[in-house]
Amino acid sequence: MPEEKNSILFRLREQGAGSVLLLLAVVLLLAAFQPGVLHGRNMANVLAQSAIVGVCAVGMTFVLLSGGIDLSVGSVLALAGAVGAWSCKVLGLPVPLAWSVALLTGTVCGMLSGALVAFGGVPPFMATLAMLASARGTTLLLTQGYPLSGLSPSFYTPGWASVGPLPLSGLIFLALALAAWVLLRRTPFGIHLRALGDNPETARLAGLSAPRLTLAVYGISGTLAGLAGVLMVGRLWSAQPSVGIGLELDVIAAVVLGGTSLFGGVGGMGGTVAGVLVMGFLDNGLRLLELSSYVQQSVKGLIFVGAVLLDLALKGYYRKGRSRDA
Amino acid sequence: MTLLLDMRNVHKRYPGVHALKGISFALREGELHALVGENGAGKSTLIKVLGGVVVPDEGELLVRGIPAHWAGPGDAIRAGVGIIHQELSLAPHLSVAENIYLGREPRRGPFVDRKRLRDDAARLVAGFGVDIDVKRPAGALPPGEQQLVEIAKALSQNVSLLAMDEPTSSLSARETESLFRVVADLKAKGVGIIYISHRMEEIFALADRISVLRDGEMAGSAPAEEFDPEKVISLMVGRRMETLYPRTFREPGEEFLRVEGLSRKDVLKDITFSLRSGEILGIAGLVGSGRTELARCLVGLDGFDGGRIVVVGVPFVPRSPGDALRKGIVLVPEDRKRQGLFLNRTIRDNVATMKLLQGLRRGLFTDRAAVTHLAETSVQRLGVRCRSVFEPVFALSGGNQQKVAIAKGLAVTPKVLVLDEPTRGVDVGAKAEIHQIMNDLAAGGMAILMISSDLPEVLGMSDAVLVFREGRCVARFSREEGEPDRLSERVMAAATGGVAHA
Repeated sequence: MPEEKNSILFRLREQGAGSVLLLLAVVLLLAAFQPGVLHGRNMANVLAQSAIVGVCAVGMTFVLLSGGIDLSVGSVLALAGAVGAWSCKVLGLPVPLAWSVALLTGTVCGMLSGALVAFGGVPPFMATLAMLASARGTTLLLTQGYPLSGLSPSFYTPGWASVGPLPLSGLIFLALALAAWVLLRRTPFGIHLRALGDNPETARLAGLSAPRLTLAVYGISGTLAGLAGVLMVGRLWSAQPSVGIGLELDVIAAVVLGGTSLFGGVGGMGGTVAGVLVMGFLDNGLRLLELSSYVQQSVKGLIFVGAVLLDLALKGYYRKGRSRDA
Repeated sequence: MTLLLDMRNVHKRYPGVHALKGISFALREGELHALVGENGAGKSTLIKVLGGVVVPDEGELLVRGIPAHWAGPGDAIRAGVGIIHQELSLAPHLSVAENIYLGREPRRGPFVDRKRLRDDAARLVAGFGVDIDVKRPAGALPPGEQQLVEIAKALSQNVSLLAMDEPTSSLSARETESLFRVVADLKAKGVGIIYISHRMEEIFALADRISVLRDGEMAGSAPAEEFDPEKVISLMVGRRMETLYPRTFREPGEEFLRVEGLSRKDVLKDITFSLRSGEILGIAGLVGSGRTELARCLVGLDGFDGGRIVVVGVPFVPRSPGDALRKGIVLVPEDRKRQGLFLNRTIRDNVATMKLLQGLRRGLFTDRAAVTHLAETSVQRLGVRCRSVFEPVFALSGGNQQKVAIAKGLAVTPKVLVLDEPTRGVDVGAKAEIHQIMNDLAAGGMAILMISSDLPEVLGMSDAVLVFREGRCVARFSREEGEPDRLSERVMAAATGGVAHA
């Protein structure tokens, strides 16, 4: 097998080039039917609508790279938003402090899941599923099932305001993705995290601490879910107790479409940004095409399957190139 | 001279296996100490103890006279111990440079100093005289180059003590040469090296001192000048032929399996043999010599790209184990825990697994009474010690687990039974019982292909023995050819490429 080709495939996967191609294909296809997709204002709209999934997806990328999964982001988002809104409205905290409380709520939830995984040996799926349930329950307890609204209007700014033609929330997402890219590609933490997901045994033999990395990764995911919660409150002008149900699946889908493996070690932030935008454009474009929402769902399903089959094909190619053990 | 490493009376026990039985081992600065022994003699465990991966149950480890109590690999690394593991243990999607400095990345503020990372890695790799792009993902390199990266990784730690476990097994001649140059450099700098290899030429070319492990004990240790390859091999093999092998040989019957020129790219080259009813054919060779690969081809787990397989006179291309089973070929795989058994299920369910493909049904449903009956008769026939067939397999001892794995294959009454390491990790009593079972099966007309790293076993049980090395069948011995003792040395010599008179 020609090694060079092998290496190009490696790079395609690592740098998310495949998902950028997918993004271009989706956008062009949608534009062919509905040129309005390419309109500047519509693009800004897509960015705004993608921001919440996007911020969570940045965190999820860390988790998946390390070989884990975080199913709790939708619930943590709702809880963090509710706690932030509650501390602003009921406790009367100043807005920046209330934001911090929301983020911190996310961090605590994430680190609880992370501690269960790292020290309790609980499988990530179960640990974060438990967090999904209890964070939602806590949200409902706190709000008694009613939306919290009428906060100091500045609380809503991040989820709602624009900077010139661009949505602030979208810019936050892109800035975070850039920071996360630096963290992943330019710091020892990033290398260690990818090593852990790629080959846990190697990571252990190199003297890395898997529990510490795991805790950090889920902490990051929780914090970003908390931030997404603040954005969500801003977008809805209220903290809704039932917001974000099922969001984790959109987030995971976006990250995986971006070329990050569900099994750890492979992927990166560039792909995640592309994957999030693919999801955003799909939702947006299919809506502009005025397809029924049933058809929209089916088309989305088809595109997911296609993307995953492509991913498997690339991976199969890579496996063949590896040495087999005796 | 300072003793760089002084291991005293180290013991390590695993459930059912006493892997190290009081090993003492010393290494001086600038010394290359070769460690040899058969598979399972305890070499790898010894290296794991040294690398902090395994904590010994008893005994002491002194590095430069100071007792070492390592809680993990990180401690050993910090103490200047570098280990090159036998299995490639790189992270395939990290770059070569990232792999080499994993956990010890050069930094600039909070960031990785990528330029220094690349330059340092490139300089290290260039020392091998091989052109490797350190920015490439490690998994994209061919195995030989991955091995060099592995070595570079150990060297980058500024080690004072380096253990290499079969470092040349996947290297080309040119790469091996550059490795030897690096080894000489290290010795000159005073680094102590533990070198594990099966290749006699290498050992005698490099070693200052040779130690031979056998069954977890030190069978002999002396300066290299006092050894020659034959002496090393006879120490490796030992005089263990007193174990009785209960084989009653008789005239074999009809030919059940013929393999002609079987080849598979990079793993099997031109394998030819014939196996008849009532015969046991042994396959000896080192791990990775193509023994297991042959078994995998025979049952259709892997394809082959040359030669053919003939079953009872009819050419046959197995496409899957189910396909092979229908033709009467069954494999009992080498790793019973991962491949041979469903550990959490009952003996009954395990035994019935393959047979259920063929029957044990009543209409659409499983004939539960027949399944239980099958399990009970199998347990009785093979002497599996258990409370009932409803006991989960994980609760059994290694030997009894192995019997269940064999029973699963026997349930479909195969013509050809392929046993890969049938007695690995099994105690002496159960081993003798498994040998008795094999003898009875052969006497009943079954043809058995036995892959084993246990030389006395292969020689004691087989009508004929094939020796594999690097995917080829390099020698063939039949039972009549001589004393098992003498034969075992010749088999080991052929397997290691040690002595020419094989």
